[in-house]
Amino acid sequence: MNLLEPRAEPSRTLQWAAPPIAIGLMLVAGSVLFLLLGRDPVQAFRVFFIQPLESGYGWSELLLKAGPLVLIAEGLAIGFRARIYNIGAEGQLIFGAICAGGVAIHAAGHETAWTLPLMVVAGAAGGMFWGAIPALLKTRFNAEETLTTLMLTYVANYFLSWLVHGVWRDPAGMNFPQSVMFGDGALFPVLTEGNRLNASIFIPLASVLVFQLLVKRSFLAYRLEVGGQAPLAARYAGFPAGATVWVSLCLSGLTAGLAGVGEVAGPIGQLNLNLSPGYGYAAIIVAYLGRLHPLGIALSGLLMALLYLGGEAAQMTLQLPAAITGLFQGMLLFFLLGADAFIDNRLRLPRRTA
Amino acid sequence: MIDHLSPILIGTLGAATPLVLAGLGELVAEKAGVMNLGVEGMMLIGAIAAFAAAVASDGSVTAGLLAGMLAGVLAASLFALLALSLAANQAACGLALTIFGVGLSAFIGQSYVSHSLAGLPALPLPGLSQIPWLGPILFRQDPVVYLAFLLYVAVAWVLARTRIGLILRAVGESPEAAHAIGYPVLGIRWAATLTGGAFAGLAGAYLSTVYTPLWVQNMTAGRGWISVALVVFATWKPTRLLLGACLFGGVTILQFHAQGLGLDLPVELLAALPYLATVIVLVLISRDRKLLRLNLPASLGKPFVPGR
Repeated sequence: MNLLEPRAEPSRTLQWAAPPIAIGLMLVAGSVLFLLLGRDPVQAFRVFFIQPLESGYGWSELLLKAGPLVLIAEGLAIGFRARIYNIGAEGQLIFGAICAGGVAIHAAGHETAWTLPLMVVAGAAGGMFWGAIPALLKTRFNAEETLTTLMLTYVANYFLSWLVHGVWRDPAGMNFPQSVMFGDGALFPVLTEGNRLNASIFIPLASVLVFQLLVKRSFLAYRLEVGGQAPLAARYAGFPAGATVWVSLCLSGLTAGLAGVGEVAGPIGQLNLNLSPGYGYAAIIVAYLGRLHPLGIALSGLLMALLYLGGEAAQMTLQLPAAITGLFQGMLLFFLLGADAFIDNRLRLPRRTA
Repeated sequence: MIDHLSPILIGTLGAATPLVLAGLGELVAEKAGVMNLGVEGMMLIGAIAAFAAAVASDGSVTAGLLAGMLAGVLAASLFALLALSLAANQAACGLALTIFGVGLSAFIGQSYVSHSLAGLPALPLPGLSQIPWLGPILFRQDPVVYLAFLLYVAVAWVLARTRIGLILRAVGESPEAAHAIGYPVLGIRWAATLTGGAFAGLAGAYLSTVYTPLWVQNMTAGRGWISVALVVFATWKPTRLLLGACLFGGVTILQFHAQGLGLDLPVELLAALPYLATVIVLVLISRDRKLLRLNLPASLGKPFVPGR
């Protein structure tokens, strides 16, 4: 039953090697999966991981998808370092998108230069608000943030559904549950003609720098980490654990809300029921795969974006369900957690004891 | 008013059944100190396995339920391998299992979207179902509802009155002490986790083969998470879990009867009610820190490595 014995010292090599190992194992398991599905694994591998990157358009799509993933994961990582498990970033993304979308819908037809900045502020504030609710419930009433953040995701989803089925439905939209298309003044400008990549990519890019500075140079990040790992020590040092909860959840809510703005004021261009293909959940994997490190997250966000592109390509070329992306995501996190177990431990040779 | 109330109450037990089953399974695991947040994933894997097995066996619900349980056990063993044998972070492993379950079930389910099954007819209990008003509410249900109630009795009895239950709780309270007097802590935790998987798989199987006998992607719709919350709400007591599940069952089907009750609320907001209610009950129960600390299995969520 027990496969481990403790190492004398944690393995520094594995600390950094675990993500590549997990990725490698995922690729092996994926090839086996393709084989089981009766597809040529070499061809499937090419379709999934190489073909999406063979054109400039492919790269622009990669960045388009990596943007929200990286942005959300940067925010989540701050909380995860402090052991605050916000798993409802999807809901914060949706609520941010709703707030930004509200601005765009009310400005429809008379957008000004202020419309887009106002949407960004509204989206950030909305995501932050949706993250602040579980923070309040945790600090004031001791309610587990894992469950409350997740429940609020469903609530945000139904709230969005109510809006686009009702007050915000496009009157000319043939009764589809969607809002009007946003005007150009409510959209991020596209960077190069023919691609969907838009100026919102600078937000996640900036977030990598900001969080890198925050983690490496600020006392705040240190105090957050202590607050999460040793609440009593933190309180003794004058930094209450409650503040850790508030900062973690508000910050991750804010980045998720910004990601929501990037989607509705970017490739989607309206409010509808398909705002996010699970970016809020996938970002959890991105954060862990990136070792909760701002630069690592940028890399793992690109890989996760490739999994999304690969899934789409597999659907088109191999006639496999695009849900295969979710399967790869789950396997990746499994393998990563498994590999991580060997940082502090090593494999125990089987002698029968339980 | 009472005319409108009884259809809600009749539907309540059916809606509560997946929550009772998944909640009982999680309760057993948590009593042994294992916090498995993968209930939603195990339910989805159980649901699609059950649906596939039922389709393959010409609509046999029994085959479906058994396949669902087996799939739940297999899914739970993935979690146990990582979180118990490799002592990885339980919260992260549970989350991984849920993400994996969502992906796997959607992937397999793609080829089953157009199928539907006959489901199970209600099985009125002779005599009892004739009781006016109460009869149809309690005793004209499908067999799995009765099974869930029997399982509740079994779990409550085993935990409170048997040696196995005592050992399980000892492992959850103090794995070090249990290890010191010679109990195989990891073995017991494995068993509790797999039991939880079987229950969650059965809960998912009930959803896809009996409750709404067709496959819809993500059809568990957060019920796995609500079950985890119910265990906290129940302060790890089976009877409170049963009552909590019935309360939530009622809230879940309220949306289908709102018009009859004269509730003029949009259907989307009514559909959000169970999730809001979960948040509210979590707040109500968690604010009493003493009550929570008194009942919480002391080692919940903490990995155990023998001899460390």
